[in-house]
Amino acid sequence: MTFVKHELNQGMKTFWIWTSSIAFMVAICVFMFPEMTGEMDSMTQMFSSMGSLTTAFGMDQINFGSLIGFYAIEAGSIIGLGGAFYTALISVGVLAKEEKDRTSEFLLSHPVTRVQVISEKLVATVAQVLAMNVVVFLISIGSIAVIGETIPWKEISLLHLAFVLMQIEIAGICFGISAFIKRGSLGIGLGIAILMYFLNLVANIAEGSKFLKFFSAFSMSEGADIVSSGKLEMKYVFVGMTVAIIGIITGYIKYSRKDIS
Amino acid sequence: MEAIQIDGLTKYYGKARGIIDLSLSVKAGEFFGFIGPNGAGKSTTIRSLLGLISPTSGKASILGNDIVTESKKVLEKCGYLPSETAFYSGMRVGEIIKFSAQLRKKDCNKESKELCERLQLDVSRNVDELSFGNRKKVGIVCALQHKPEVLILDEPTSGLDPLMQKEFFEILNERNKEGATIFLSSHVLSEIQRNCTRAAILKEGKMIACDSVNSLSKTKTKKISVVGDFDVTKLTNARNIQKVQGGTSFLYGGQIQDLIAQLAKSEISDVTIAEPDLEEVFMHFYVNEKANNGEKK
Repeated sequence: MTFVKHELNQGMKTFWIWTSSIAFMVAICVFMFPEMTGEMDSMTQMFSSMGSLTTAFGMDQINFGSLIGFYAIEAGSIIGLGGAFYTALISVGVLAKEEKDRTSEFLLSHPVTRVQVISEKLVATVAQVLAMNVVVFLISIGSIAVIGETIPWKEISLLHLAFVLMQIEIAGICFGISAFIKRGSLGIGLGIAILMYFLNLVANIAEGSKFLKFFSAFSMSEGADIVSSGKLEMKYVFVGMTVAIIGIITGYIKYSRKDIS
Repeated sequence: MEAIQIDGLTKYYGKARGIIDLSLSVKAGEFFGFIGPNGAGKSTTIRSLLGLISPTSGKASILGNDIVTESKKVLEKCGYLPSETAFYSGMRVGEIIKFSAQLRKKDCNKESKELCERLQLDVSRNVDELSFGNRKKVGIVCALQHKPEVLILDEPTSGLDPLMQKEFFEILNERNKEGATIFLSSHVLSEIQRNCTRAAILKEGKMIACDSVNSLSKTKTKKISVVGDFDVTKLTNARNIQKVQGGTSFLYGGQIQDLIAQLAKSEISDVTIAEPDLEEVFMHFYVNEKANNGEKK
């Protein structure tokens, strides 16, 4: 556990920068809602008639005038992208950064096994991702309470659960990649998150490219689908979790045998 | 028991050579020197011993523990000072030292405090601000504070000022007297000659000599300095020929009679025949391998 603590300390600054930014933007978003409800009728109409853009963001399935509808699209984009970026950043660097900063030699010349190092790093990464989600969730709930709306517990919990699952898939993939690379990790992590985000948008727009959803973690956290159906799309969750596990196992196998230079 | 036992250890990085078929044994309590220029494979050997890289073939053990299958036990017994020490950015010297002790699940407060005092290391400083020499000191404390049975040091003195080097070797010698085995890799031959009892010489991934430091310096080669007019070219087996003021100095590995006969024919006013120091032996191992082979025969 010494090492988990160490990892958490090391990641503290990054954690608070990302968490507070995401939470702040979500809060702003929620606070905008009462202002917008007045003009909502025309807004909903506008948003639902933007053609493919409407489908891309799932705005055809949802009532933009309701808090949860508004939240799923607006806050959903913020938490979705922000959370994915943060997760990708920390997990793609988790093993690689030690080699980039040449601290791996220091660390691994202590009596710790590679498996122990990977496991503790994994625990630390997941803990940070979960903590970020909890903080954002609480701020979000708090903001909704402040503007005096009833809190749609079921939908909002499901939505946030979906964000966590999406981030876990990204974390798993990036964790696996992290074992292979030595530098340039940041770009790879963000690249994967952005690529997946756009794959999901494309899959939403073009009916023929629906299969792309299986390649994107964002298919799990499709706010509009979750709110309108009231459940998660299990086939995407299943694929996503499988991918995450494969990523993590790959990371274990590679890092246990890796030559540290 | 053997502190370090290496049998046919080979490491290739893809196609690039690391070390080839290295066999070596270091007894417990020895002060062992590991000599070689940059790229000879010293660090590769050390990093294999510590399990940082996995050997392509061959075996090795430290205090009876296999370096591959029992790496954790090996690391528990070893203290390692890398040639380039890097630490976690943003941490203080004291925090790094404490973190290192925690990773070993040991309380090394007393020992680390003493080491920091002797090395004049300020524990409150941020590791990012440290000079190369001071970073080295942090590495030294981390390698020594848990009183390991085997100390593996990779070019430990680079960056340390002469006073610190002296203090450092005093600490090492104390540890050695207390029973610790010391494996010192270096290309500074004088420190090997002064401190080590035995040494191995590495060249291009292969071990080319392993003997006591005394006998390594005491090869058949003699260091000859002649004052006066002397034509060295008439001697075979003369190397490292240097013209100095009023004379010549060189290393001679041939028959002494031939040398004396040649000296007798020349107009010389003085001659000194001495044992070469390790530095010169080393140069001869490296610069002229052919001559080396000839001498062995």
